[in-house]
Amino acid sequence: MSQPSVVELLLKWTPLLAQGFAFNLLISIFAMALGTAAGLFLGFGAVSTSRWLKQLSDLAVQFFRNAPWLVLLFFVMLLMPFELRVGPWVLPFPDWIKSTVGLALPVMANVAEIVRGAVESIPSAQWDAARSLAFNRRQTMWEIIIPQCIKRMLPAWMNWYAILTMATTLTSIVGVNEVMTTVGRITAAEQRADLLIPIYLYVLLWFFLYCYPIALWTKRLELRYRER
Amino acid sequence: MNDVSAWFKWLSHTSGIKLTIFYDSYDRSRWLTGLVSTLELSAICLVLSLLLGACVAWWNRSRFAMVRYLVGSYVQLFRNTPPLAQIYFFYFAISPLLPKVGGQPLLGSMGWAIVSLTLLETAFTSEIFRAGIEAVPKSMIEAAESLGYSKLQIFIDIVLPLAFRFTLPAINNNLVNLVKTTTLAYAIAAPELLYMSSQIWSEQTNVADMMCMLLLTYVAIIAVINVVMRWLERRLRIPGFGQ
Repeated sequence: MSQPSVVELLLKWTPLLAQGFAFNLLISIFAMALGTAAGLFLGFGAVSTSRWLKQLSDLAVQFFRNAPWLVLLFFVMLLMPFELRVGPWVLPFPDWIKSTVGLALPVMANVAEIVRGAVESIPSAQWDAARSLAFNRRQTMWEIIIPQCIKRMLPAWMNWYAILTMATTLTSIVGVNEVMTTVGRITAAEQRADLLIPIYLYVLLWFFLYCYPIALWTKRLELRYRER
Repeated sequence: MNDVSAWFKWLSHTSGIKLTIFYDSYDRSRWLTGLVSTLELSAICLVLSLLLGACVAWWNRSRFAMVRYLVGSYVQLFRNTPPLAQIYFFYFAISPLLPKVGGQPLLGSMGWAIVSLTLLETAFTSEIFRAGIEAVPKSMIEAAESLGYSKLQIFIDIVLPLAFRFTLPAINNNLVNLVKTTTLAYAIAAPELLYMSSQIWSEQTNVADMMCMLLLTYVAIIAVINVVMRWLERRLRIPGFGQ
């Protein structure tokens, strides 16, 4: 029996790899949503007028920005319960949900930093003008500052999405069945030395084709917003 | 030292906070090995990536379109693919191809971690250098030309010293990222801090305590780097630039 060629093998395993990759994307989207929501809260905490809230938010941001992603992932994986019991209901936390939470933590801190940077980049004359028109702080924030911030935040936010997508491969280390785990299983099943380089390059290419357009788009947005 | 280990022993008896690395000499040596490996890995990759990054930034301005294209592709490839996949690629795909020396692989897990992290960091550093070189005001180069400086003299005496200062904050950021990325070497069993800690916590079953210790250690390393780099930035500040 002749051995199948490397290309045939890659084609054979493509559906399974695609399944793994889709799982990576799913985790990236959930973690981004969770991280963004939490990061907005933390970011507005960091620009609040309450000194306590400000210092507490700053501390959380610094901590989660400086801790390595993989260590945070381990932290959540090993210390978060596998299910939550609320009265008669049981809310299970499978590994992939826990790892999503683990990845959302650093995203949260970085989104908070983006929010803070954007709010502080608005000229203080805008705040003064709003006050002279009798806007209170809440109105100034919602009607004047935030609309201008969204544009400034978008490129950095997209950049972090790309970083997060690449970081989803870390979940393979803690036992989630994503694309790198799949690659490991396929190479173990096939036992073909000539498959190793092609299959890793194949998966690298998939990530590249997903992340590079995001990087290009980010750069274009940055340039466009800078010109104004 | 004895007082410290006695205190941590007392702590584990009374409160259950079990930090064996402070009183068990075997665990302590493993922990220190991990810490030293992490620092070593970061330092070696930093130095190599600064040197290679300067080369790549130079090739980026090459006269030959082919060189510019190749260098540009390298940078984009490494920036836009997962670092973990890169490490796996080197360790599981490239390493078996290399000849063995005396029955041993040419490079161990630590060696491949250095290779792959250096290539990753170089891609980032070269972009930083490029931005720094571009930030040097044209008028300065023109002034140097009018004083009779040659092209190489201008690059070494005028552009590089200025570009280095412009890029310091970005280099600091990059160094912090590098230290955080060294944890990926865990995946190929390089004996860095995370790997050693995981061995300790799986034997001593003190996951939560070791985990907190680990997080605090990384945050402390990075805090020290930040302080040193801030100091360096202040020392090298050029009057008339920045705030």
